[in-house]
Amino acid sequence: MKIGRRGFFKIAAVTVGAAGASAATAAAAAHGAAEDGPGVLVDTTLCVGCRACEAACAEANHLAPPPEDANVFDEKRDTHEQAFTVVNRTEKAPGVERFAKKQCMHCLAPACASACPVKAMTKSPEGPVVYNPNRCMGCRYCMIACPFDVPKYEYGSNAPRVRKCNFCAERQAKGLKPACTEVCPSGALTFGKRSELLEVAKTRIYTNPDRYLHHVYGEREAGGTSWLYITDVDLEQLAFRTDVPERPIPDLASGALSVPPFVMTLWPPLLMGIYAFSNRREEIKDAESAQGKEDHHG
Amino acid sequence: MANATAVAQHSFVREKILLGMSWKEYLRSLLTPTNAVATFILIIGVPLLVYRFAAGLGATTNLSQSAPWGLWIGFDMMTGIVLAAGGFTIGSAVQLFGLKDYHGIERPAILTAFLGYVMAVIGLLADLGRPWNIIMALFNFGTASVLFEVAWCVMCYTTVLLLEFTVPLFEWLGWKRIHSVMKKALIALTVLSVIFSTMHQSALGSLFLLAPTKLHPLWYTPYIFVFFFVSAIIAGLNMVIFESALSHRIFQSRADHHVDVDKLTIGLGKAAAVVMFAYFFLKLQSLVDGHSWGYLATGYGAWWLVEVVGFVLLPSLVFAYGARNRKVKLIRAASVVGVLGVVLNRLNISVIAFNWNRVDRYVPSWMEIWVSITLVTIGVLAYRWIVNRMPILRGDPAFPAEH
Repeated sequence: MKIGRRGFFKIAAVTVGAAGASAATAAAAAHGAAEDGPGVLVDTTLCVGCRACEAACAEANHLAPPPEDANVFDEKRDTHEQAFTVVNRTEKAPGVERFAKKQCMHCLAPACASACPVKAMTKSPEGPVVYNPNRCMGCRYCMIACPFDVPKYEYGSNAPRVRKCNFCAERQAKGLKPACTEVCPSGALTFGKRSELLEVAKTRIYTNPDRYLHHVYGEREAGGTSWLYITDVDLEQLAFRTDVPERPIPDLASGALSVPPFVMTLWPPLLMGIYAFSNRREEIKDAESAQGKEDHHG
Repeated sequence: MANATAVAQHSFVREKILLGMSWKEYLRSLLTPTNAVATFILIIGVPLLVYRFAAGLGATTNLSQSAPWGLWIGFDMMTGIVLAAGGFTIGSAVQLFGLKDYHGIERPAILTAFLGYVMAVIGLLADLGRPWNIIMALFNFGTASVLFEVAWCVMCYTTVLLLEFTVPLFEWLGWKRIHSVMKKALIALTVLSVIFSTMHQSALGSLFLLAPTKLHPLWYTPYIFVFFFVSAIIAGLNMVIFESALSHRIFQSRADHHVDVDKLTIGLGKAAAVVMFAYFFLKLQSLVDGHSWGYLATGYGAWWLVEVVGFVLLPSLVFAYGARNRKVKLIRAASVVGVLGVVLNRLNISVIAFNWNRVDRYVPSWMEIWVSITLVTIGVLAYRWIVNRMPILRGDPAFPAEH
């Protein structure tokens, strides 16, 4: 088949167009996701450290009950496969305690979902980032990708699952609030639309400029998360990662992901061209050395 | 008639499998110190693999919530695949770029690549928590995932390598018709091998793009996929130098004595010198680009310098010197350093410099290490078994030589 110069440019143009279009849709899918979906505002200045959220979470998700030990705050805990949320404590000043619960942040453009090769981890249209063990291969790339270190693994099991808060997706589907937000007695957790919560958060900061740090954790972290935090202490003290970039994490791989279409369309003609060139050179050499001898190669 | 078939059958086993010996002689020939070591490794290693599937990842590995990827991904997968890069490197040089001199080392390179990939896939199956769901990759297109690209390319490329390997396999079996078909398909297969290799060798690096806060700044760069691709070529060249020297020595009786291994080694050494020198500057470039000079004064900085100066710059200079002064032994020595350098690089990125700012460190369990050694041993044994029987180091005399 002869493609010709014009045909080649046509193919190249179509390829470039297609690659651009697919990159654009990927980006749109990442950012269009539920900016106005459900969210939770955590006001850490209101949290009293009662850990009712931990108990409610364990009950709603059929997990082991959280430890009742009073020393539980003595060390910083992390979420694990049997605890989708944990409350940690720090001291703002001697005798002044601050608490914050940790759980999946439910990113607007989740790194874990973009990392999953089999779509076992997905951002549901309603907002929560949910996990389907029936698809999961157990590659644990979601754990590598999550900038908040949230997904946890059942290493002890022979059919291990990735475990994390799923924002009580089933409860939300029935019109109920997430279990933790329902039991919070102090008003530290507010469930609502993310966009509205963001306004509430900023209003609280602006009306109490001396009380809060002027930062809503989750507004921009990892491109924005469904869970938002306002605090009067550095969240790092409460075992949160404060090094999360503001760029949506899936964007970081989009450049590399746009390469394959080019490789697939440009390599074959390029390589075949090189082959044809080296073959021709060989033929000329053969013809010269044959010097008129009839010597046809199969 | 039946007797004749039986004799033919018998002689097939005797000639093709037992290397012309009787069973008794063959079994006796297996009693060597090397085989004793290999047996010792396998006797413990194979049950360990079974134990892994019976008892789970937690019982066999030191993986944790902060170290989801350990030795089996960092070594078996990342390193296994990059060391198999000789397959497409030499394949394209011979088939596409017309460097016919290298034909003599093309088949061993492809065989190494094929076995390397098979071992990597076995290692991967051991590492996957739910390996039975690996088929999900065929039905759920997580196209936003670099790992999806890796999975498909590895799958396709292993198939391509298998098809390329059928050429010597059919020569061994004496199946002339299908052999000539496969031989004609070699050029197309080589094109495919370059496509898939380009994509997944670089994509293995892209996997870490999602972890800017976890991979140490000295190793994290937005261009990590370029680094992985270039270092795959380095690994391919170094492995081919190393392995051709080794196999032509060990399998002297099987080798084609027309192949001037020394001359090829010098040529490959020249190529390795150039590519590694360029790669060294790429590494420096990433240092400038990432503004990570400050880290050079730390422990990780020293380790980075060990990798980049000791295992990239130094061997590249030795290659250049060796190629210029025709010192083949020096080139071979440098290739060992070069191979180790690529191994070090992959381990640094996936294990050592990953989650570098955490207090809890991952150290592989003895079982993980043993399983990795077992897979390498199986690969080496399979290579030896095949090279001893099939026309790998030289063509089958019954088949016309490459044009």
